[in-house]
Amino acid sequence: MENKLRLEIVAPHGLIFSEEVDEVTANGSEGEFCVLPGHAPYVTTLKVGMLTCKTGKGPVIFFVNWGYAEVGPDKVLVLADSAEKSEEIDVERAKEAMKRAEERLKKCEEYDFHRAEASLERAATRIQIAQLKMPK
Amino acid sequence: MPTLRDIKRRIKAVQSTSKITKAMKMVAAAKFRKAQQRMFDLRPYADRMSAVLSSLAGAAESEIHPLLAVRPRKNVDIIVLTSDRGLCGAFNSNILRAASKHISHLKKEEFEVSISAIGKKAVDYFRRRNVPLKKSWTGISGRISYANAQEIAADIIERYTNETTDEIILAYNEFKSVVAQKVVVTRLLPLASIETAAETLPVFNFIYEPSKEDIFNNLLPKNVEIQVFRALLESQASEEAARMSAMENATKAANDMINNLTLQFNKARQASITKELMDIVGGVEALKG
Repeated sequence: MENKLRLEIVAPHGLIFSEEVDEVTANGSEGEFCVLPGHAPYVTTLKVGMLTCKTGKGPVIFFVNWGYAEVGPDKVLVLADSAEKSEEIDVERAKEAMKRAEERLKKCEEYDFHRAEASLERAATRIQIAQLKMPK
Repeated sequence: MPTLRDIKRRIKAVQSTSKITKAMKMVAAAKFRKAQQRMFDLRPYADRMSAVLSSLAGAAESEIHPLLAVRPRKNVDIIVLTSDRGLCGAFNSNILRAASKHISHLKKEEFEVSISAIGKKAVDYFRRRNVPLKKSWTGISGRISYANAQEIAADIIERYTNETTDEIILAYNEFKSVVAQKVVVTRLLPLASIETAAETLPVFNFIYEPSKEDIFNNLLPKNVEIQVFRALLESQASEEAARMSAMENATKAANDMINNLTLQFNKARQASITKELMDIVGGVEALKG
């Protein structure tokens, strides 16, 4: 079975996903990349963003918060700081986080600007991914 | 011979103690389950992390990153990880004993040893012995967050990078099972996993993006954080497990004591009844006579 990839997504709070997939697309630090079976060994850092994979049962979308991907010919291993399936994203929480981050950005002397910026980005991406219509 | 009332009072006291220990055991059990879950959740990540590191090991030349540098050992840092609270059996004394042994061993070999402590028990222990602590963290156990691990890791990394120390050792309780904790004294830095794995695994020619340096810059500190985080969680689970069995034993001891005291109480009561009967019979006999 050379034409399958094993995609594993792990975060410090658990194993998020481990399945055979056909194709993985992720947001690398140098831009989006796509992995098909038989890919050359490849290591990259991931940015906050979306990770999609195609399984036999259709596409699955994940939110991935910053991590690494190690790609081999028959596997993709993602080590993320946090990751969720798109349907498991807590939109309310993300919206709150976004509000908080925006407020903090306005008062940037009091708070760590980079942290607020990063959390704003996270929240915005989460919301964006959660609201994506799943192409069936 | 204690009076009936004395015995009764003691039974009451022991009973309330056993109630407390029983409650504490239950609390510890609940906390333990939580801690254990978090530990299990982290395991796949930690395992994959070391897998990634070892598959990159072939490419890990020590010049690439300061954390990979292996210097001749001269200054050794030891970090002792205990709990903040007591009443958990030999949990803390085991780790402190092991750590002290290790420290004196290192001192004998004429290394410069500096000690840091995580947890109130370790801080108190070294303070009582007038051992200067380089750094101490308290108030962590009980609600460990990843940020705690990051803070500690940042400190460790800084010390190692600016070459104030050549080796960092962590002493903590590793969770084996509910009834067994194992004291582990392990080396955090320089990274051991890379050296040992380098020979055993085939070297892939990886494509690095953005660059090898960037990847290692990210991955190595992360690895230290994860190792610290893992140790914190293991220690937490061990602590609660230790407390659970300590409280279980205390409850059992209290119950034994209650049984003994009840027996004593009944005996004393019977003795006094017998005595009173004898008096009455004696009195009746005397009247008859």
